[in-house]
Amino acid sequence: MILTEAIARLMTATLFDKLWDEHLVESQTDGTDLIFIDRIFLHERTGSIALESLKAEGRSVFCPEQVFCCMDHIVDTFPGRGDETTMPSGRDFIVSLRHAAHNTGLTLFDLGDPRQGIVHVVSPEQGIVQPGATLVCPDSHTCTQGAFGALAWGIGSSEAEHALVTKTLRVRRPQTLRVTFNGNLSSGVGAKDLILHLIANHGAAGGSGYAIEFAGDTVRNLDMEARMTLCNMAVEFSAFTGLIAPDEKAINYLKGRPYSPSGDAWEKASTWWQSLHSDDGATFDRELMIDVSAIEPTVTWGTSPEHCVPISGVVPSDGDLASGLERARRYMDLQPGQKLDGLPIEAAFIGSCTNARLSDLRLAARVLRDRSVADGLKAICVPGSMAVRAAAEAEGLDEVFRKAGFEWRESGCSLCFFAGGEHFGYQQRVISTTNRNFESRQGPSTRTHIASPAMVAASAVTGRITDPRKLL
Amino acid sequence: MSLEPFVVWRGVAAPMLRPNIDTDAIIPSREMKRVSKTGLGEGLFAGERYLDSKTRQPNPGFILNNPSYSDCSILLGGPNFGCGSSREHAVWALREYGIRAIVAQGFGSIFANNCVRNGLLPVILSKQQIEALVDWTGESPGQRKIVINLEQQKITAGLLNYRFEIESGARHMLLNGLDAIALTLQSKEVIKAFESNRRQQRPWLYG
Repeated sequence: MILTEAIARLMTATLFDKLWDEHLVESQTDGTDLIFIDRIFLHERTGSIALESLKAEGRSVFCPEQVFCCMDHIVDTFPGRGDETTMPSGRDFIVSLRHAAHNTGLTLFDLGDPRQGIVHVVSPEQGIVQPGATLVCPDSHTCTQGAFGALAWGIGSSEAEHALVTKTLRVRRPQTLRVTFNGNLSSGVGAKDLILHLIANHGAAGGSGYAIEFAGDTVRNLDMEARMTLCNMAVEFSAFTGLIAPDEKAINYLKGRPYSPSGDAWEKASTWWQSLHSDDGATFDRELMIDVSAIEPTVTWGTSPEHCVPISGVVPSDGDLASGLERARRYMDLQPGQKLDGLPIEAAFIGSCTNARLSDLRLAARVLRDRSVADGLKAICVPGSMAVRAAAEAEGLDEVFRKAGFEWRESGCSLCFFAGGEHFGYQQRVISTTNRNFESRQGPSTRTHIASPAMVAASAVTGRITDPRKLL
Repeated sequence: MSLEPFVVWRGVAAPMLRPNIDTDAIIPSREMKRVSKTGLGEGLFAGERYLDSKTRQPNPGFILNNPSYSDCSILLGGPNFGCGSSREHAVWALREYGIRAIVAQGFGSIFANNCVRNGLLPVILSKQQIEALVDWTGESPGQRKIVINLEQQKITAGLLNYRFEIESGARHMLLNGLDAIALTLQSKEVIKAFESNRRQQRPWLYG
């Protein structure tokens, strides 16, 4: 009887259930579960603060070989950069992480290392994230890595310390939400538009309390890089994380990567990975079904990712004061009913853990080839990793960007946020492939519009927010 | 490292009701200047709090610069408070400034965890309840203090009396000022056994 129940349960488990149960060390009396953490990433913004804090308390890292450090949040991206940064105290963060990582025996992808880059780009490139693993990092966009069927989520510094010392986290089990995207994407529409559409329709808090599985034909048809874009912004939907069941694409992506298993281990691992999907009989706490065929290229108008419309759309009316719409509209210097299409911009940014992988750069280059950015427009491309940069250069994409008038940078988080160093100008209007359009996110009072790489490239060319379908 | 326990708190409450107040707004990235968990209180809400972030000239239009709220230790928020970046600096800055509790319609999940890890109580109430608290504190928030009793899971303000729900794990940690790491290390042997089993089951994760 117990066995049949167990089997029935096995056949109705969601992917999330399988991952959670795989890592459940013990349920606590206080309602949380103690979840085993396979791998941890740190970065220079908070990494050394956590490591120093542990040292001060006489605690040590449980398993240093499973901890990886990236230099991405504070490093400059100018060609020929070193430890000195435009951010006044940036060097302290870089040097202290380097020392702490060295003293603790952690793997560091340092400046000058061809593997350096943004943590959520580097981890898949190196095969560090794997299906069925748990992975955490004190960075909210860690959910990006859920695209591989790993349980990956962002945490704070205290929780990072907890994971470093105990190899576990105390977590209350989230509910499950399946978002099924079906149908064919129109030309010029991609994963960025899908996730913005979802957030626009269900709100920036729409996924609060849920672990989301993205499913459906549309998701199956996305390549791994696009799937990472989709999962990346699960946190902008306030979700615990985003997940996609690993399939042949995920498995092929990981084959031969430096940290991927090889030989017999590869056979065992990849066989297990194929079992990591929601069973046919699985039930979710909530389901959303979205037909993608009508989704247009999408762009944000305001200061939350939920302030978002199709390119044919207009700035909404203010609503009541509590909605915050009027404040956002005034900040962005727009009028109710104003069209986004054709709005003049002053800068364009292609970068970040959301949209700076090779396929993103290829797409932007398709738009930019034999074209130039508008007069006076500041245009910057920061590849997601030095490996992406090298791969793009091998295809000659750097020449396409440079000829068009884009700066071609080294890798890091860069102008996704203003950390006290480089920034966009006061009240400058920027179209950006990043993930957050918060007030002053990219510079003092800077006005950010988030869009896909295709739309950012098209807008850079015309100097106005532009439907990429006109230039593809 | 033990924390200041949160049992009952009585304090001045300031409304910041707009939705989606993100952690960039709570502490801008440019204010996180030192490799440290301290020295952050001055950067709290820097974008709105100062007319000029360099000279620190206060913005008289920002609520916490209003003398009536000078002893503020409770924030009344809207939906999705603390969304966005995982930076714990947001919570360190709030604590350093003197904030002990935030009552909002909802929280960013990483932010809420960060609060609990630092002895700051996140409470979820409905829009109507929060608006009633704001109305009650009215023009004299210094006299009309709000009382939050975590033991009884109750908020009282004049005749208003609201019960709130909170995860039992978070409640237990806050009430006792517990250090989560010390608590978990009580299960050290179970974790070690789990790890050694995992090395056998999923050896490829261990090279």
